[in-house]
Amino acid sequence: MKKNANSRGSLIQRLVLAPYSLWAVLFIVVPLFFIAFYAFTDSQMHFTLHNIRNVFTYRINQDETLPYYVMVFGRSLKLAVISTLICLLLGYPFAYRIARATPRTQSILITIIMIPMWMNFLIRTYAWMVILQDKGILNGGLALLGLGPIHVIGTETAVIIGMVYDYLPYMILPIYSVMAKMDNKLLEAARDLGCNGFGVLRRVIWPLSLPGVISGVNMVLIPSVSTFYISQKLGGKMKLIGDEIEEKYTNFDFNGAAAIAFIMMILLLVVMALLQHRANKRSVA
Amino acid sequence: MKTLSKVYTALILLFLFAPIVILIVFSFNGSNSTAVMSGFSFQWYEELFHNSNILEAVRNTLVLAVASAVISTIMGTAAAVGIFRLRSKYLRAALDTVTNIPMINPDIITGISLMLMFVFVGRFFGLSNSLSFWTMLIAHVTFCLPYVILQVLPKLQQMDKSLPEAAMDLGCTHFRAFLKVEIPELFPGILTGMIMAFTMSLDDFVISYFTAGPGFQTLPVLIYSMTKKTVKPTIYSLATIIFFVILALLTLSNLVDSDTDKAIKEARKKKKAKNQAN
Amino acid sequence: MKKIIELKNISKAFDGETVLDNINLDIYDNEFLTLLGPSGCGKTTTLRIIGGFETADQGDVIFMGERINDIPPYKRNVNTVFQRYALFPHLNVFENVAFPLREKRVPKDEIEERVNEMLKLVALSGFEKRGVNSLSGGQQQRVAIARALVSKPKVLLLDEPLAALDLKLRKDMQQELKKIQKATGITFVFVTHDQEEALSMSDTVVVMSEGRIQQIGTPIDIYNEPKNAFVADFIGESNILDGVMLRDKRVSFSGHVFDCVDSGFELKEPVDVVVRPEDVDIVPEEKGMLKGVVTSVTFLGVHYEIIVDINGFKWMIQTTDFVDVDEHIGLYIEPDAIHIMKKSEYSGMFGDYSSFSMELDEIGELEEAHLEELSELGETDASGNAESERAE
Repeated sequence: MKKNANSRGSLIQRLVLAPYSLWAVLFIVVPLFFIAFYAFTDSQMHFTLHNIRNVFTYRINQDETLPYYVMVFGRSLKLAVISTLICLLLGYPFAYRIARATPRTQSILITIIMIPMWMNFLIRTYAWMVILQDKGILNGGLALLGLGPIHVIGTETAVIIGMVYDYLPYMILPIYSVMAKMDNKLLEAARDLGCNGFGVLRRVIWPLSLPGVISGVNMVLIPSVSTFYISQKLGGKMKLIGDEIEEKYTNFDFNGAAAIAFIMMILLLVVMALLQHRANKRSVA
Repeated sequence: MKTLSKVYTALILLFLFAPIVILIVFSFNGSNSTAVMSGFSFQWYEELFHNSNILEAVRNTLVLAVASAVISTIMGTAAAVGIFRLRSKYLRAALDTVTNIPMINPDIITGISLMLMFVFVGRFFGLSNSLSFWTMLIAHVTFCLPYVILQVLPKLQQMDKSLPEAAMDLGCTHFRAFLKVEIPELFPGILTGMIMAFTMSLDDFVISYFTAGPGFQTLPVLIYSMTKKTVKPTIYSLATIIFFVILALLTLSNLVDSDTDKAIKEARKKKKAKNQAN
Repeated sequence: MKKIIELKNISKAFDGETVLDNINLDIYDNEFLTLLGPSGCGKTTTLRIIGGFETADQGDVIFMGERINDIPPYKRNVNTVFQRYALFPHLNVFENVAFPLREKRVPKDEIEERVNEMLKLVALSGFEKRGVNSLSGGQQQRVAIARALVSKPKVLLLDEPLAALDLKLRKDMQQELKKIQKATGITFVFVTHDQEEALSMSDTVVVMSEGRIQQIGTPIDIYNEPKNAFVADFIGESNILDGVMLRDKRVSFSGHVFDCVDSGFELKEPVDVVVRPEDVDIVPEEKGMLKGVVTSVTFLGVHYEIIVDINGFKWMIQTTDFVDVDEHIGLYIEPDAIHIMKKSEYSGMFGDYSSFSMELDEIGELEEAHLEELSELGETDASGNAESERAE
């Protein structure tokens, strides 16, 4: 039922909403236009397509098949997708395991999962550098076992390990929170109606947990695609798209940075729209 | 199946905590190596407490976190109340979308976009350096706001709509009804929102990195510049201290939580017994 | 008796949909008045307009002679007991009841005294320090009543306050509410969709449907003299038949002419006839005014509920005599068991009890609707003819 159409009530309401509306427009919406503005202007603020064209055409060596930034975009996306899939594979069963535990165990496990999240990710990433470097703890341990040193730091594997480590909790938590709300009776009903263990998983648990999976995937994929610290510490000379933006920023090439950021934004919008579209289709089916 | 699940849980936890344990162990290293343990000492802790850079960064981080938590909590709570009462569907959808942007956008985009605007405005006013504590505060409030709103809005939706009406029926004006009945009802949401805002601000590196002025460094930004060079284990001792502070806070909040849980369960039991007696 | 609230030509629409259509209602001092009707009939909106939570689009709300349309709820000498009680969860029992007094800055000793008095009235002494969420539904209900009464309002509004309680508790609370009303002498305006509740508690019942008042009267009037087919159907069980008034105290329906006690209709005026199921006597077939076949018998403890097919119209009859399915029986109806109503927009909307067998499919219902439409057409035609004849 509707509220009283009292004029004083709506005046208060407007007053209450005004500061946030103003703030949101000034500091959320307008800054995004500044990305577009800088992407399409030069340092003298004249319109130009140069920055955008540069992203799609610049090559370090003329004989390379792919333009440089396209290649970096591709690499970022590839590593982020692999990391996201690994997080899903590792995190999904773990979330399920937590959700099926007693309430006491659930809250303990969730707290444990959250502890690393509360550590700054710079420190967490740095710890992996200590472990993975050539004369680091991993190789020290292997040497004790009489196994040869392996070279991990500076490879894509190292970057993926860093991403999975940093963002795994972000996959587990949303999936868990959806699963915890799932009615146990549904699973019993599914068994009762003739589903075996795998059938219950495939036909009941998975579809119901999909919203959690989607938000988990978003929460891992987006920071992985745009990271620059993980690649700096674990990727050696390998560069991701975040590194390119950061480098242009440190060199005061704001227009260049804006151009890459602009394209990244568009790209992510498309990816997320696709994800959401698939999710909607699944839930309708 | 049972053992498999146990082994699996153990492996995941090992993966999550091994690096942290290693950090803690190395924070007591006798030498300044970050790879070989040699002897036990507190020297890195001593050095930490004599490093004025770090101490100042800690202070800056706390000041910024408290300020952005307070501002975003007040503005976010007011916003949630306004959004909840909004009648126009379109305005509501527009506000929801805008609120979601900082949460969906990668931090690097949020950071860059704010930085570009600050630089532009600074140039407009002829400032040589437009980034300062204030730009950082604006940035932090901006990315904290959605989390506060997202905590308070569901509490409003769950609240019995007759509660404010009952208060008005019993002699409260609109404003007093909000103060005396709605605020206490929303309090858990407001508090969670404030804690989230505080920790998000404390923890943020990427957005701070792009909006920080030269005169004002937060701890994450300092850690970043420290890890650019070869690192001494000082940073490990810092991490260890942070870890134990977090552990203590989480354990405490968990204890408080389970206490309230217990109280609720007790109340339910009593109610059940009463109903049966009736 | 003194008028305490007058609603004058109140209309209200939400998003263009009319919820209240020209409501006129007088509420007197010290009475227990019930707004009764199905969900969506506008009873809650009426209550909210009196309480000040909604403003009427048209019409006036008069409180003790003063127009209060624009007075906000907190300045009205009227309090509400909300549907799900709306107790403040962060306050204990005492503080909930003390809430309006603290708002009015009543001195501490007086608050203490008045709250305790109220808690005693609702039999909750000793519960002062309890949290409201630890109380049972019935206890929460009492706290809500105490809280609404503590500032001594002229009128107490109750919005389906018993709906959430189980049957036995509901009966007890009905008694108790009535007792509290008598003890305090405060006017109660009570909203419910439960006709039994309305009949057993009220001094005055206001039956509402589709935003309009259908009938205002004492419970006995409402039950015995329903004004139209809607009221007859909504209050209790009733067999509603198409009939024709032959002259004063003579009515024809179901192919038989009956003596009745109603008069004041036109000659040959088509009417709705109500016969309550408990007012029909079962007699051997040959002695019956009407003859029919029993199609179903349900045992309900106190009595049997049987459905009898009379010329294709299914009657419901409540009897303590046992009859068997397929038995041919006769019905005997006393003149004062027959109630005659003028035709209204609700005529023909309530069919017979054939859907009671649960076996009726939609097609059957559709056919019936058609038949009724046809018969109605025939009747209006007939009455039209009759009128034109008279005119000549």
